[in-house]
Amino acid sequence: MKAPDFDYLRPSNLDEALGMMADSQGDTMPLAGGQSLMPMMNFRIAAPDALIDLADVAEMRGITHEYDSIKIGAMTSYTQLMSDPIVSAKIPLFGLAIPHIAHDAIRNRGTIGGSLALADPAAEMPALMLTLDATIEVAGKTGPRKIKADDFFLGYFDTALEEDELIVAIHIPTPNSDHQFGFHELTQRHGDYALAGVAIAVSNNSYRVALFGVADRAIRVPMVEAELARGGNTKAVLDNLKDIEFSSDLKANGTTRQRLAKVALARAIERMTL
Amino acid sequence: MSRSVDIALQVNGEDVKATVQSRLNLVDFLRNELGLTGSHVGCEHGVCGACTIIVDGDTVRGCLMLAAQANGKEVMTIEGLADSGKSTALQAAFTKRNALQCGFCTPGMLASAIGYIDAGGDANREAIRQHISGNYCRCTGYQSIVDAICDVIEEART
Repeated sequence: MKAPDFDYLRPSNLDEALGMMADSQGDTMPLAGGQSLMPMMNFRIAAPDALIDLADVAEMRGITHEYDSIKIGAMTSYTQLMSDPIVSAKIPLFGLAIPHIAHDAIRNRGTIGGSLALADPAAEMPALMLTLDATIEVAGKTGPRKIKADDFFLGYFDTALEEDELIVAIHIPTPNSDHQFGFHELTQRHGDYALAGVAIAVSNNSYRVALFGVADRAIRVPMVEAELARGGNTKAVLDNLKDIEFSSDLKANGTTRQRLAKVALARAIERMTL
Repeated sequence: MSRSVDIALQVNGEDVKATVQSRLNLVDFLRNELGLTGSHVGCEHGVCGACTIIVDGDTVRGCLMLAAQANGKEVMTIEGLADSGKSTALQAAFTKRNALQCGFCTPGMLASAIGYIDAGGDANREAIRQHISGNYCRCTGYQSIVDAICDVIEEART
């Protein structure tokens, strides 16, 4: 199908974009890469009255290494993330995860900010943000604010973003040289949404583990993190997954997802980067 | 605010100016307004890959991009790829290997294959399979398509 009609707005900077968000009436949506929003509009699951295309907002672009963190503009595409020398050198977790996101033609347009704002429970980026202890910088009519990834994802396609707010950038604490990462994702076919996936970061025996595709949002699993830090056996670690409320849908029921999450976790641990 | 947008872009090397509906997909603009019917419209939600085209050097889904978003961009369709000779070797290899039957997926498949080859992809069957996993073909079973892409990569190296 084709998308229903809408107004198309194209602000040339962040202030203009925020003004349009604040002034908007009815259902106005920001347009980042559009690789989820456009299908939703074509299916008519989404029918915004207006789209605010963020393509020209320079404040949302670029990757910079700041004092102790790496700043990634919200409009950075997956392909740009993959080819960025700072990201490749400092945060190899992106390189492990991004090849699992759809296909080349989608990764050329899809953005990290768009994925976080949508908060699809099966998407990779929210889990990576949890694992990397990222902070999400947003701006709105009441000014800018920073939200920890741990406080950002509230539920099924639900985030801490207010109606008038836009994600401007993502700040990731620069990983230490001893940081190791693990990632594994199980899908029906390559590029599909995850039935179960896991991202792991560890430094100085401090673990951060996030699962995606298994519940209403990407979630950290503190019991697994603690067990891994204790050096507990993998079996005991995997048994701790019982505490999660696994989602059921046509692709897989909760029991299957639980089993797949255990497999993904075991494989991610096994193949940690060294 | 407007439900139509003025755009200026380059399509297959030629300057194009138009006033388009906000909701118009890029691939529908190319097909219906410019008559470039080589790009096909399959699923209209980014899954089948039949509408894959090249925008500013990168492959994109023509159904997941608005014509309005193409303002200022350089668009290359299968017509441009064929006329410029960019897809000649691939087209010959597809013919030789029987890598198409009905041909519906072929323009998108060629655009994706060019993306793979331009990025320096190897003649590695597994990597090629993964790369074209976003392009559906209901006729060939893919083996002959992978054969054709491998042929072009290997020939370019010898």
